[in-house]
Amino acid sequence: VCLNIPGFTLCLKRSVLAPVSLRPPPEKAQSALIGQCFWVFRICPPPALYGGRHTVTLIPGDGIGPELANHVCELFRFCCVPVDFEVVNVDSSMDSEEDINNAIMAIRRNGVALKGNIETNHNLPPSYKSRNNLLRTTLDLYANVMHCQSLPGVRTRHRNIDVMIIRENTEGEYSSLEHESVPGVVECLKIITKTKSLRIADYAFRTARAKGRGRVTAVHKANIMKLGDGLFLECCKEVASGYPDITFDSMIVDNTTMQLVSRPQQFDVMVMPNLYGNVVSNVCAGLVGGPGLVPGANYGEDYAVFETGTRNTGKSIANQNTANPTAMLLASCLLLDHLRLHAYARMIRRAILSTVTETRLHTADLGGQGSTSEVVRSVMKAVQSTGPLTLSI
Amino acid sequence: MAGKAWRSSILNLLRQWGLSLNGKDKIKAQEVSRVVGALKKEAPQPRTFMRGIQTVTLIPGDGIGPEISTAVMEIFDAAKAPIQWEERNVTAIQGPGGKWMIPPDAKESMDRNKIGLKGPLKTPIAAGHPSMNLLLRKTFDLYANVRPCVSIEGYKTPYTDVDLVTIRENTEGEYSGIEHLIVDGVVQSIKLITEQASQRIAEYAFEYARNNQRASVTAVHKANIMRMSDGLFLRKCREAAEKHKDVKFTEMYLDTVCLNMVQDPTQFDVLVMPNLYGDILSDLCAGLIGGLGVTPSGNIGANGVAIFESVHGTAPDIAGKDMANPTALLLSAVMMLRHMGLHGHAKKIETACFDIIRDKKVLTKDLGGNSKCSEFTKAICQRVRDLD
Repeated sequence: VCLNIPGFTLCLKRSVLAPVSLRPPPEKAQSALIGQCFWVFRICPPPALYGGRHTVTLIPGDGIGPELANHVCELFRFCCVPVDFEVVNVDSSMDSEEDINNAIMAIRRNGVALKGNIETNHNLPPSYKSRNNLLRTTLDLYANVMHCQSLPGVRTRHRNIDVMIIRENTEGEYSSLEHESVPGVVECLKIITKTKSLRIADYAFRTARAKGRGRVTAVHKANIMKLGDGLFLECCKEVASGYPDITFDSMIVDNTTMQLVSRPQQFDVMVMPNLYGNVVSNVCAGLVGGPGLVPGANYGEDYAVFETGTRNTGKSIANQNTANPTAMLLASCLLLDHLRLHAYARMIRRAILSTVTETRLHTADLGGQGSTSEVVRSVMKAVQSTGPLTLSI
Repeated sequence: MAGKAWRSSILNLLRQWGLSLNGKDKIKAQEVSRVVGALKKEAPQPRTFMRGIQTVTLIPGDGIGPEISTAVMEIFDAAKAPIQWEERNVTAIQGPGGKWMIPPDAKESMDRNKIGLKGPLKTPIAAGHPSMNLLLRKTFDLYANVRPCVSIEGYKTPYTDVDLVTIRENTEGEYSGIEHLIVDGVVQSIKLITEQASQRIAEYAFEYARNNQRASVTAVHKANIMRMSDGLFLRKCREAAEKHKDVKFTEMYLDTVCLNMVQDPTQFDVLVMPNLYGDILSDLCAGLIGGLGVTPSGNIGANGVAIFESVHGTAPDIAGKDMANPTALLLSAVMMLRHMGLHGHAKKIETACFDIIRDKKVLTKDLGGNSKCSEFTKAICQRVRDLD
């Protein structure tokens, strides 16, 4: 029995009519309830509309981030999208966490954000935490969703790829818990919890059902990390039993990467812990044409943050007008979908996809010589051509 | 010919001591040490016998193991390689104190011969003992796993011109096996990175690059997130790079490597990394060239021990049916020959194998043909004899 109340999803094996709280019940009740109902996870509601306009936090980031953020603002202004951006700059060279805390506060206020990648200098001591990671864990953006699709105009070695990667975003290897107990010996902790694994598995199956996808594959390394990934796999199996219409299987991560480079068409939806998600999402992004094409979304219970799928700063091509804006523009479309501005999202997405098919406009990462501004202008032209013509730009 | 062996061993000794002949530090192509592997800790014994037969421990393994081992022995016979095989079986036995170990005769043979060739071993589930591969690794302290991935001309994959080597730390990292259940529902898995192991693998990677004329070494890490552990690994790699200035050193994030690997694998040369990333990346590279059925692999240990193996499974469904593909074990055996310095024989066998695959007349089922294993072997033997 599956109850779908707007904003909530509640799946019950037997009809349990007692009210279920939104937070996971305490330990004792947990085992009693497990066989009878699943966790209730809120679907993130879209933020409020004030005066008909949304306010969205914009974090430009480093590298190519600022120029792409500008292009997004330009495009939205051109298309008359009812979104106002609140720009929060995060200076990655600063030691204090004031900047990132301001950004987090802004996202809490607005509920939704569009973000560029903030650089982390890995030569700094461990007290300087990765700003991106800090943002994700503080806001509890537990699901990172990346939809990799082969685009018609882009030439790649593999065709017809359509994989949705759902990656646990807050725990696993990215807990940043390290210590040097004995000089010369460093221990890094990888934490896997039942709650978060259940949560991400539920998210994966819900999304698969909502998008009409038939198969979910869990990627793990439970033959070696028997307790950790074993727990993750168990949680996935448990959640899978509540979705009998969706096929569930599992695959070990090294076999997964091997299969991805030989036959990526066999995968549908994939769910995995943090580090494997990093590897698999980058492999898939490479397979469909590179980091410039795939958008990514981070969803939490209360907030949503959109960014490029592979989270690159693009330091080496910053301010040269050669970056591929497609990923960031598609991320802004995901943002519009989240804000329920579907008409705008459809219009811009159609324009972007028609631009990507034009080989003459391909940027350097796709093997062409186009510039960022040319691509954006072409998108704007395409948007204009679908509406009533006024003046040409 | 004995004079040349002496000369190269003297040069090795001098290089170890940081001295050089004629003030030239650069190693000339013809004077390259023929022994691939870490020479640092032991005296340079001329393991390269120009005359004389070298004995190698052969572990056939399970499933298709025996058939492919026989195939390799036949081909080596046809090539007249100066190798004598000593067959041993490894099954886990419980020693005094309840500790699982490999049979003493296998251990004694490996310790004596130092070089081993291993077929696939099966790990029975719930057998009570750890996997055989893990036991071997622990017994001989096999700290480096080397997997050269070179595109095979006759076996088409979407990726051509792949030519890279993955060197993976084999003993610690995420696979230390230390896991705890903290409270019900929370599991902690410990990733261990030690200075000593990182230094060892970094040194080995640069030695390998130097001995095999490789231009660059790339360290793969995730130090932006795992600052202390991968930071330590990176520091050791940088230190080793300082000592080997003739090899170019770069560092790259794991996700960037994955992204670039599937778009353009030609930009990579030698990759060195900790255990987990190595596992994933080496299998990724194997997938680029055609899968585990054609990928060689070698494990280098302390004290000069080296075990070369095929990394595919035991394939129990085709065991005994003469359908197996011996390419992986054969290419590992070729790697072994190069390690021992028998480059001529190695080149001959490798060329014969690639020629047969390129001709596409006699291929086993997994390579796209429908010949038997024995026919494939015979074809390679014939080609080896023709190349003489």
